[in-house]
Amino acid sequence: MTAMISHAFLQDYWWIIISLLAGLLVFLMFVQGGQTFVFTLPRTDIQRTMIVNSLGRKWEFTFTTLVTFGGAFFASFPLFYATSFGGAYWVWMAILFSFIIQAVAYEFRSKPSNVFGTRTYDGFLFVNGCLGPFLIGTAVATFFTGSDFSLDLFNRVTWGTGWHGLEALANPVNWFLGLAVLFLARILGLMYLANSIEENELVIRIKKALKLNSIPFLVFFLSFTGFLLAGKGYLADSATGEISLVKHHYLNVLLSRTGILILFAGGVVTVLLSLYHGIFGNSGKAIWYAGPGTVSVVMALFFLAGFGGSAFYPSSADLQSSLTLVNASSSMFTLKTMFYISFFIPFILIYIWIAWRALNRKKITAAEMAEGGHKY
Amino acid sequence: MIENIDLSLVNWSRAQFALTAIYHWLFVPLTLGLSFILAFMETAYVRTGDETWKKITKFWMTLFGINFAIGVATGIILEFEFGTNWSNYSWFVGDIFGAPLAVEGILAFFLESTFVAVMFFGWNKVGKKFHLASTWLVAIGANLSALWILIANAWMENPVGMIFNPDTARNEMNSFSDVVFNPVAIDKFTHTVTSGFVLASVFVVGISAWFLLHRREEILARRSIYVAGIFGLASSLLVAMTGDSSARTISKVQPVKFAAMEALYEGQNNAGLTVIGALSGSGEKIGEKEVYDTKMKIQIPGLLSVMTTGNPDGYVPGMKDLINGNPEKGILSVSEMIERGKYARQVLIDFKMAKELGDRESLASLEAKFADKEFTDNYFKYFGYSYFTNVWQVIPAVPVIFYSFRLMVGLGFLFIALFAVALFLYSREQLERRRWFLWLAFFCIPLAYLASELGWVVTEMGRQPWIIQNLMPVHVAVSNISAGSVQVTFFLFAVLFTALLTAEISIMIRQIKNGPKHQEEEK
Repeated sequence: MTAMISHAFLQDYWWIIISLLAGLLVFLMFVQGGQTFVFTLPRTDIQRTMIVNSLGRKWEFTFTTLVTFGGAFFASFPLFYATSFGGAYWVWMAILFSFIIQAVAYEFRSKPSNVFGTRTYDGFLFVNGCLGPFLIGTAVATFFTGSDFSLDLFNRVTWGTGWHGLEALANPVNWFLGLAVLFLARILGLMYLANSIEENELVIRIKKALKLNSIPFLVFFLSFTGFLLAGKGYLADSATGEISLVKHHYLNVLLSRTGILILFAGGVVTVLLSLYHGIFGNSGKAIWYAGPGTVSVVMALFFLAGFGGSAFYPSSADLQSSLTLVNASSSMFTLKTMFYISFFIPFILIYIWIAWRALNRKKITAAEMAEGGHKY
Repeated sequence: MIENIDLSLVNWSRAQFALTAIYHWLFVPLTLGLSFILAFMETAYVRTGDETWKKITKFWMTLFGINFAIGVATGIILEFEFGTNWSNYSWFVGDIFGAPLAVEGILAFFLESTFVAVMFFGWNKVGKKFHLASTWLVAIGANLSALWILIANAWMENPVGMIFNPDTARNEMNSFSDVVFNPVAIDKFTHTVTSGFVLASVFVVGISAWFLLHRREEILARRSIYVAGIFGLASSLLVAMTGDSSARTISKVQPVKFAAMEALYEGQNNAGLTVIGALSGSGEKIGEKEVYDTKMKIQIPGLLSVMTTGNPDGYVPGMKDLINGNPEKGILSVSEMIERGKYARQVLIDFKMAKELGDRESLASLEAKFADKEFTDNYFKYFGYSYFTNVWQVIPAVPVIFYSFRLMVGLGFLFIALFAVALFLYSREQLERRRWFLWLAFFCIPLAYLASELGWVVTEMGRQPWIIQNLMPVHVAVSNISAGSVQVTFFLFAVLFTALLTAEISIMIRQIKNGPKHQEEEK
């Protein structure tokens, strides 16, 4: 086994782990998606409490996955960490601000003497719910559309504009993915609420909201996919490492790599199936289709960005500054060390599953909210 | 770019990181220690079946929860600020520094976040033993996360287990075990987490004392003082031991920081440890930095020599030795280190240029230099010094470090006495009658926070101007963004953190005033 562990193998391996974490992060953003309904879905205070408590028991998973995603990126592709975070300063700062206010909002909202009032904290949840998925989606879109930066001989980054990442909003394709992720998060949030809350009146409204949110999601997702596959992509020459813009590059990768094609198509079909179930069938079970479907689609998009010779963090200002799995990665020693540490991941998934099941065995009811105990 | 660095950008970036770290550290030590206190209390409940223990556990758990969320929120900022504000650093050492951060996420954060949900919401959903295991796992997870981030922090102070790769212009890890078992990391972890245990114990004893002063919740207060008193006493003794070991290590790997902690300018045999003293300017200067005399000092003769060399007659170098050099003692002057560092940097620049121009002959000879031990040990070792123009630039802010260190140590000894007296009075059943002690215990709460923050002031101010000892100064590590951008985010963070801290304190006070009886009534 040791013989097959080359530097290239480890770079690919860590890109798969990063892609998996990204997929899980987008799925877990059902918490953010659910938060966007905090003012519109409930009709009574007790219903709002049920929604917030249902989501609140999972917020830390999303948060932890985001932190681990950042840590894993830092460890495996430090040049991306240095370039993107140090360059697209305002985008990452906006994402961070939205996550700070989320973390405290759950714990503080229902506590007496919380200074700013429950409605303010619910507002924090709403802002995080909208901004978090949208900005993360927009940031990921730049993996395909490029960013305005250049690197010097010592890999120090200079950003081309004073907007430091916010200029990505000038590109409609980035909006498409940002909005697709936002509406996907809302759909997932609705499905999760249907799965975890026992309240008929709410479930009826959830079905209606699912129908309404599916349409913009499909429009934005298909628009992004269309532009992605029809447009140009950033290709690194396998021999020289030289980067060039190639027409239909991502379409070529998708068609030439059966595994990615199956992952992408399978994921899309599964998400569509979950929407069908959510709207016309048992809404409570839809999340179990949507989850794997989401993870598959996101992984496939990350694979398109990183594999098949793609430059995963392209520079639109200076093509040769673009980052690839080869030039942005950690050394072989570090990747190998982290490779062994990643063997813990299955154990982590197992205990998360056990704890998740233990807490979600019984659905949240209005009676439970009246019982007391730790409550948001 | 580096040559034209904007110092106001460096200062604002430092201020932002310091602000975030100071706020973060207001919440973390309580999490580290209170999580174990909760585990002890719940274990008592499960073993005895006594519902009072459960009630006590749930009361402290409520305070834990309020504190925990804001600690998590400020923590995520710190991780990402390495990239947003210190991007040159992130590339230069990301190959080594990133790994502990990733391990922290994979091995510790998931453990903590998974089981904290069971701990808060699982009382009526899982069995007693499952719940107890969850509480223990939260404590272990929280302290494991401290382990990994402190390993990363220790590496910045004593960079080990790596080799410089001129091709990528960065340091790369070549021994994970050296990074993990770095002596600074071991000292730092044991000293930091035990100081967190002390803070949490002071917090529990102080709040319990407040209950006794108001003749409320007497059973909760007495039992809490008993648990936190034992935990606190053991921890504070460990803090003293690990502090001693930590100072010993610092004297070897960061001698300038050590000299600043003692305001020791002249090297001495049989050097004494200054217990207390007042610094005053001597009128003498090293470059632009003032030299201080220690007035009104109380010293323990020979102790500093014993601590650092194991011998009462051992020589302890002073700041002047370390800056001007002392050939007799084998200490190189900073001006010589600057020259050697500049040579090493020029070799790197030549290497990169040769690579750019495709000059294979030069490339091969320059590459050979980086593999030559003579070059790496005698020149590249001082790479970071090449960014300085004056020797005094490597001297940190001596008075801040000197006073912070003494205040921290003094408060540490006060806490040892506090826990010892608390346990003595508890055993004699005299807690309620000694109101002076109860007030003292209560007012020790802010002092515990002060001591904890001062520890970081000594650590972080003491290692200035380095972000990575001897390899990279802070001003070279900064991201290439405008100072204005960082100013805006600094004030946004300052307003947001202060607002959230205000809310947190307000909620905490209300929950404490309500007490566990109110919680029961709420049901």
